[in-house]
Amino acid sequence: MATPTTGSTVTSEALRTPAVRSKSQQKRHNRYVLAPLILIGVNVVLFLVFFVWPGALGLIYSFTDYRGIGKLNFIGLRNFETLFADSTFYAALSRTFLYTVLSVPLVYVSSLGVAALLVSRAVRGRTAAKIIIFLPWLISPIVVGVIWKWMFGQDFGFVNFIISTLGGNPLPWSSNGNLALTVVIFAAAWGGTAFNMLLFIAALKNIPEALLEAAELDGANAWQRFRHVTLPGIAPTSFMVILLSTIHAMKEFAMIQALTNGGPGTENVLIVQYIYKTGFEQSKVGYASAASMVLMAVLLAIALIQLRFNRKKG
Amino acid sequence: MTTAANLPPVSDEAIVIGAEESARNADRQNLRHGRAKLSAPLTGLMWLIVAIYALPLLWFILSSFKPGSELFTYPLSMIPREWTFQGFIDAWERVDFAQYFLNTATVALVTTVLTVFFSACTGYALAKYNNPGTRLFFVCILATTMLPTEVILNPTFTVIRDLGLYNSLSGIIVPSVLTATGVFMFRQFFLTVPDDLLHSARIDGASELAIFFRIMLPLSRPILFTLAIFSFQWRWNDYIWPLIVLNDPKWYTLQVALRSIVGAENIDWPVLLGASVISILPLVLVFFVFQKYVLNADVSAGLKD
Repeated sequence: MATPTTGSTVTSEALRTPAVRSKSQQKRHNRYVLAPLILIGVNVVLFLVFFVWPGALGLIYSFTDYRGIGKLNFIGLRNFETLFADSTFYAALSRTFLYTVLSVPLVYVSSLGVAALLVSRAVRGRTAAKIIIFLPWLISPIVVGVIWKWMFGQDFGFVNFIISTLGGNPLPWSSNGNLALTVVIFAAAWGGTAFNMLLFIAALKNIPEALLEAAELDGANAWQRFRHVTLPGIAPTSFMVILLSTIHAMKEFAMIQALTNGGPGTENVLIVQYIYKTGFEQSKVGYASAASMVLMAVLLAIALIQLRFNRKKG
Repeated sequence: MTTAANLPPVSDEAIVIGAEESARNADRQNLRHGRAKLSAPLTGLMWLIVAIYALPLLWFILSSFKPGSELFTYPLSMIPREWTFQGFIDAWERVDFAQYFLNTATVALVTTVLTVFFSACTGYALAKYNNPGTRLFFVCILATTMLPTEVILNPTFTVIRDLGLYNSLSGIIVPSVLTATGVFMFRQFFLTVPDDLLHSARIDGASELAIFFRIMLPLSRPILFTLAIFSFQWRWNDYIWPLIVLNDPKWYTLQVALRSIVGAENIDWPVLLGASVISILPLVLVFFVFQKYVLNADVSAGLKD
């Protein structure tokens, strides 16, 4: 590569004779195209094989009655027609929305609250506190589910034991649908705080101290300072956390598999579990793919709406 | 800000400004004093929250040391009355846990090495070569975040099966190598590396790939460690890929094995508790060794795009 021309890029620019330019540009063009191509090559192949191919296949499946084997038999929009008349699909979808609407604000408030305390200089022992609150990040969704199932066991669970020790009646945490969903929401907040807390800590540290002090000198109380200085300052991070947790909640799967398995009955089956059940356990691949397309449309819509909302605010 | 408006214009006598300054300093000291008064309640609140977060985990870990009989006798006690390792031993021996442990470790380690390496390559190319190809691929990577595996479960299964990767560990490793977060983390980092470094290396006659391997990759060491830990955690805790790809119990990873214990008709709690605690240990170990790469990492870097 060490041709003399590379050493004299400046002179070749100065010369500017068309012949020289096109030759050196050609050479540069080659190395500037070939090198990045080698560098991204493997990931391009992976992208094509594991995203484009299944993505296209999923779209095709959704118009067939494919059951995992045999030839593809196109049936037009019939899957979608059946889907939109299927009450179990609506149940799963609306339960997923309910779960998302309840869990995202809880995750947001808890991670922002913890982060705000962790950057406040008035708090002692912040490093230790940060490490302990971060620990749930290490724990897999499956084990998070197991931990909360153990905590909220209907018989011999810790929470019901405390309730009955205090003289109350033990609650049916797993046989009542709404209570079961409540446990799932708390478990999600417990597991989801750590990572979002890190995002918020980074954002809060970037707010200029002088701005907060100026507001304080002007007599703004803690809430006013938070509302009018801190919150606008971390808006991009807030947007990101809400977007990521919304998408995460919409596709919640592993934790629920371990915690309630969609129970009691099928009351708390969320959308991904519905897709898994129809697609794998009943091998209605075409039908499950149609449901997947609906989920993808919902995810895209959420992202677009939030993007738009964010732009308007900014 | 309004304070600025209260201050006299700069053209006024310096003495006035000086007086204002000292008044400001006094105010500032009052603020410090106020903060000290707040210290106790805020610290109390923080540690109350810490206790709430720690409780489920603490209860879980302490329970795993209780014998099966004690798990289900009232009154429950926080500290085991009788300490035992039987749950761990049963999990390790009876459920073939050693095998699952090995499978998971293989998947997590191999995938992590590959992910870190290829994310660094791709992130560098996206940051330092601006041509239509790299720009297009950047958009492609962005699009993958909108198409999570959960949305393409069945087609993914077909692809895995047609590639002959079904029921093998490579079926989990290969598809997990490409991650948008990893690529973005490196891209973000390499955008901050000055182009001058690249130009001077070029003038010195270094080839493009040599520049990357000899200069850029060593520079990115902090990101390398951060992504390594993230990737190891993702793969260790992954459930959905192994669930689709694996069928034969001898290839099970820990998460799939745990799910089969907890999904059973009668849950064997002593074994489940022991097995779960064992499955957490390696990550806790890795975390305590490398925690500064996680807790101090600017995690937003990769996700900001």
